[in-house]
Amino acid sequence: MEHSYFFITMIYLAAAVIFIPLARKLGLGSVLGYLLAGMVIGPSMLGFIGQEGQDIMHFAEFGVVMMLFLIGLELEPALLWNMRAPILGLGGLQVLITTAVITGGALLLGQPLNASLALGMTLSLSSTAIVLQSLKEKGILSSSAGQSSFSVLLFQDIAVIPMLAIFPLLAGVSSTHTDDGHTLRDNLPAWGQTLMVLGAVVVIIVAGRYLIKPLLRIVARARVRELFTAFALLLVVSISVLMSLVGLSPALGAFLGGVVLANSEYRHELESDVEPFKGLLLGLFFIAVGASIDFKLVLSMPWVIIGLVAALMAIKAIILLTLGKVFRISIEQNLLFGVALSQVGEFAFVLLSFTNQYNILPQATVSIMTAVVAISMAFTPLLMMLYERVIQPRFNVADKNTRQPDEIHLQEKHPVIIAGFGRFGNIVGRFLRVNGIKATILDLDSDRVDALQNLGVKVYYGDASRHDLLEAAGAADAKIIIIAMDTVEQTLEVVKVVRKHFPHLQMLVKAENIPDTYELMDLGVLHIYRETLDTSLRMGADALNMLGIRAYHAHRIASTFRKQEDKALKGLSAIRNDKKLYINTVKERIEELEKLMANDKITRWNSPAQGWDESSLINEANEDQ
Amino acid sequence: MTKILILFAHPALEKSRVQAALLPAIKGMQGVTLHDLYEVYPDLNIDVRHEQSLLLQHDIILFQHPFYWYSAPAMIKQWQDLVLEHGWAYGSTGTALRGKRIGNIITTGGQESSYGKEGWNHHSVEDFLLPFKQTATLCNMQYMPPYIIYGTLRITPSLIQEEVVAYRRMLEELRDGKSLTQ
Repeated sequence: MEHSYFFITMIYLAAAVIFIPLARKLGLGSVLGYLLAGMVIGPSMLGFIGQEGQDIMHFAEFGVVMMLFLIGLELEPALLWNMRAPILGLGGLQVLITTAVITGGALLLGQPLNASLALGMTLSLSSTAIVLQSLKEKGILSSSAGQSSFSVLLFQDIAVIPMLAIFPLLAGVSSTHTDDGHTLRDNLPAWGQTLMVLGAVVVIIVAGRYLIKPLLRIVARARVRELFTAFALLLVVSISVLMSLVGLSPALGAFLGGVVLANSEYRHELESDVEPFKGLLLGLFFIAVGASIDFKLVLSMPWVIIGLVAALMAIKAIILLTLGKVFRISIEQNLLFGVALSQVGEFAFVLLSFTNQYNILPQATVSIMTAVVAISMAFTPLLMMLYERVIQPRFNVADKNTRQPDEIHLQEKHPVIIAGFGRFGNIVGRFLRVNGIKATILDLDSDRVDALQNLGVKVYYGDASRHDLLEAAGAADAKIIIIAMDTVEQTLEVVKVVRKHFPHLQMLVKAENIPDTYELMDLGVLHIYRETLDTSLRMGADALNMLGIRAYHAHRIASTFRKQEDKALKGLSAIRNDKKLYINTVKERIEELEKLMANDKITRWNSPAQGWDESSLINEANEDQ
Repeated sequence: MTKILILFAHPALEKSRVQAALLPAIKGMQGVTLHDLYEVYPDLNIDVRHEQSLLLQHDIILFQHPFYWYSAPAMIKQWQDLVLEHGWAYGSTGTALRGKRIGNIITTGGQESSYGKEGWNHHSVEDFLLPFKQTATLCNMQYMPPYIIYGTLRITPSLIQEEVVAYRRMLEELRDGKSLTQ
């Protein structure tokens, strides 16, 4: 079927727009939505798109490159260095063992050695695109399963390089392999190739540091929005070109480039510029994967293919689970880790086409394996959903966060405990510290804790609503607890625990809004601080000042306003459960305010204190005359 | 040219008639720095180092304020308490202000006749300003007689204009080396 580009674009976009909301509504996640869209519009079903699916897939693989660039951007070099053990250990073992087992299996099934090895290597890889996208969408990339998955995927991306180098060697005598010379590296001796690879890596690091950063500054200064986007894309494309030139994985290069730029001040701009392209290309990629599933082939030998998929995924999962156990991942996270990486990755498509090219595998086998790979990818989101719905709920919800609380060893007793060291608690803590007050800090955001610990700030990871942890933090001897958790639920938990176990502690509690404030009042909290009240009033006072009202007056009326607000809130809190009365009172207050404004009496509380008002004195003086 | 620093303090300038009319008259005047304390420190949190450096840059310091309860508004007291540090402004090593002149520019509600033995205030404004005078002495400064605008409660717009002109002329004379006279 011949279609114009616009028509094909329309089909792809329409499929995405129809299937993604549908998939999300059904709780399937966007990856599965794209895959389904691909299957439906692919040659096997509606046939809107035909064999160009393969070409599109190659094009869309660029989405994976962008994704790794973005992931790199979020990963500072120091953090990456901290992950070296899981990357090399966990990742290395996974690739080696899985390759060995699958090669053995293929040999048992009667494949020749070279074909078995090629299959082993090809199928040991997992799908960076599907796994990271799914984990990210579920917000569990930073969990220990997420981190382990990421480490393994990163190693696999590195492992592709030697695999690509080994494949020609497997081709054997009958190889049709003629030197295409499509990478510069092919014509070099082994040491030259190594040098070239290292050189490319060095180029990216040095250029990133000394060329790209100043360039970014220049481009940003031009203040043409799309220029920055163009530059961001140019950056990723250039890295890909460079990497392809020396025969390295573009994804790996982009990742490296991202890491180098992770501490640039333009990191967020780069992220937001590349993000939509990444999303679209990845979507395109998933659609292409869905479209490439040859249902005719599958239907002609359903049991062979289903058997192969099941066996492969089982083997991969078992190896992953074993490794996870060795690397001490908790059972619940380990299961997720095993499920997440059990499919075969997008790189298999590339490697499979190589095997065909080099005559390692016959066309028929390649077709079957392509279907198997695509189906295993399509199954992954389903399996992860199954995990989420069936397996995860069996584990205690409280253990959802697998990180164990930090051991607290206090050399001395601190008078203050800060529960929650986000934007709010952070400022309170810094303020206390510069005033020589020592505080024990507990926080529940593991990324934040790591970042702060790296900065040398003593922050303990742990849930302040656990009374044993509070005990360890010195709650029995402390005088004050500052509660500034990220969510209201957490805040209320901590307040309840403190009230029950440490009633002597003075609680100073952050509230986000009026409903939170009411709840805290109900719990008997005396010192409640609405997050935005003071700042907005300061802003209001500055606005008044800029409009010509004296700074001191503005300052005083803002302060008066705050006190009135507190007072009104206390009054309303007492009656808020009586909805009718509450609404009536609010109405009355609004009417009161309106009346005041109408009578111009509002100037009474608006006016400076009576003591400075001389009008009565002036009147009296003039009467005397 | 003598450099003059006016430390202005009025907590409710928006209600003022005379003080509010005086300020525009010296806006941008050469040799005169107007420092509006309530505007700069609405929270009364005075930047002591900044104030001290301002003092060092000027030869004559003038507190300008309405006469509240026979004294200055709270800001002036806060300023004195914080800025005139021991060891800087007074004490055996406190010589930073030595030789500078200091005085008050005051507006009073009552008429001149009310300030005196026979008036209902029973004392002169100069009498009430004794703490300012002694503060100046302790800080090795020369205290100048106050510049007073009396009777602001009954003052008429045309009289205010006359006061504005006189006020500006007084500052000009002071700046150009003539003595402070009423």
